[in-house]
Amino acid sequence: MKAIITVIGKDKVGIIYNVSKVLSENSVNIEDISQTIMQDYFTMMMLADLSQIRCEFNELKDILEKTGDEIGVSIKIQREEIFESMHNI
Amino acid sequence: MTLYNKNIFETVRMIEKENLDIRTITMGISLLDTIDSSGKKARTRIYDKIMRLAKDLVKTGNDIEDEFGIPIINKRISVTPISVIAAASDDKDYIAYAQILDKAAKEVGVNFIGGYSALVQKDFTESDIGFINSIAQALSETERVCSSVNVGSSKAGINMDAIKMMGKVIKDAAYLTKDQDSIGCAKLVVFANAVDDNPFMAGAFHGIGEGEAVVNVGVSGPGVVKSALEKVKGEPINVVAENIKKTAFKITRTGELVGREVSKRLNVPFGILDLSLAPTPEIGDSVGRILEEIGLEACGAHGTTAALALLNDAVKKGGIMASSSVGGLSGAFIPVSEDEGMISAVKAGALTFDKLEAMTSVCSVGLDMIAIPGNTEATTISAIIADEAAIGVINNKTTAVRIIPVYGKDLGDTASFGGLLGYAPIMSVSKFSSADFINRGGRIPAPIHSFKN
Repeated sequence: MKAIITVIGKDKVGIIYNVSKVLSENSVNIEDISQTIMQDYFTMMMLADLSQIRCEFNELKDILEKTGDEIGVSIKIQREEIFESMHNI
Repeated sequence: MTLYNKNIFETVRMIEKENLDIRTITMGISLLDTIDSSGKKARTRIYDKIMRLAKDLVKTGNDIEDEFGIPIINKRISVTPISVIAAASDDKDYIAYAQILDKAAKEVGVNFIGGYSALVQKDFTESDIGFINSIAQALSETERVCSSVNVGSSKAGINMDAIKMMGKVIKDAAYLTKDQDSIGCAKLVVFANAVDDNPFMAGAFHGIGEGEAVVNVGVSGPGVVKSALEKVKGEPINVVAENIKKTAFKITRTGELVGREVSKRLNVPFGILDLSLAPTPEIGDSVGRILEEIGLEACGAHGTTAALALLNDAVKKGGIMASSSVGGLSGAFIPVSEDEGMISAVKAGALTFDKLEAMTSVCSVGLDMIAIPGNTEATTISAIIADEAAIGVINNKTTAVRIIPVYGKDLGDTASFGGLLGYAPIMSVSKFSSADFINRGGRIPAPIHSFKN
């Protein structure tokens, strides 16, 4: 299973570090990463491979949300298909 | 990255800021094999079958919501019309059927169960008459059961005897639930040309021609359409139509993905996807505001019917392009009490009952969630239903009436139903009597399908 992780908020030191630390601890591989400023928001998006994941999807989601709260940004993880189906025929 | 950043951002924004959601996952369950001459046995079978098929519905919905990050607001069940199931039973205890549905709904954790219904578009069976007379009591003695009655169709015409009965049923339901602003009526829909696979309440039932069990999905997103239209201010109307169509396409794709996933996990076939712009009382989730965005000062101004026609049609076109499983009602709902923009249009005096009736000739359903004075005559309510059924039957579309004569309230008062059902100012209806018309009874013959003008 692949998932897209989106981080939206104010830019600051350590966002990528904090997110990739959580992913690495749970054996989630980052396949692609990009960041940009979009409509005044700092946005970072990651494509992650969850095939080796060591916890439940929901647990990872909760840890990421908690990490987001700690560093003051919004972190979401969603399965990739929702984006694929909406934007690709 | 395989996807463009702006696409990812767009999807996230639709969900986070514009209230894109899966409004309902509705499991349709056939009860035909539960029919028994012993009412008691039939009801045990109904209960067992619902529990067996739907026990994981809510959990599966919640899991998918978590994984895809899209809210799934309601999980619901629709069943074969109970008038059909109960017709064979010896005790004719229809209320007991309603209670067993309510019990099963509570135990599997769905917030509504639809199908306490009768199909009498041409005529009644003896059992149908007893059943219809039980509806008001059933709605007052249960919490989650929804009821509907189909009183007309383009093939059969309009059953005026049924319409006469329904005026009284609605008044009775209003009285029996008077402590909660007559909320019983909010769970009762009177249809013409009812569809078999509608996932939206209160009018959902599992049609006779449907399979054993099916998962139907209702997607919504008035806020997404409104935001998309904010980007084309002042552009010609064809640009508006194109923009709505593209947005509907994207919303529908999401719904199809979720529907197929639910179906796979529950091992129940995927039925249809109903893309209906279903508003809620929340800010940013209103169909009325879309119409205003198209260029009307307030919903109800002249031009509203045209704007709604454009909206309804563009939604259908986008949806049908996006999925081969589009069904149900698909279009734009205009339930007054559930739509923040419409509530304020009524308060401002911009939106009247008569304008709403005109709008129903081009929207996806009909007169929906309209609160009227509690002392409205039953025959006046029947006449409102007859008008609405005529619009549907003549124009080959589904129409419906879900109207609440709020007991003890009058013009200037507001009725409050709570939650997604919202609140509504009491609207005025004609003071002139339709009693002699309704008291004739009989049937309006099926319309001619040629010489259309």
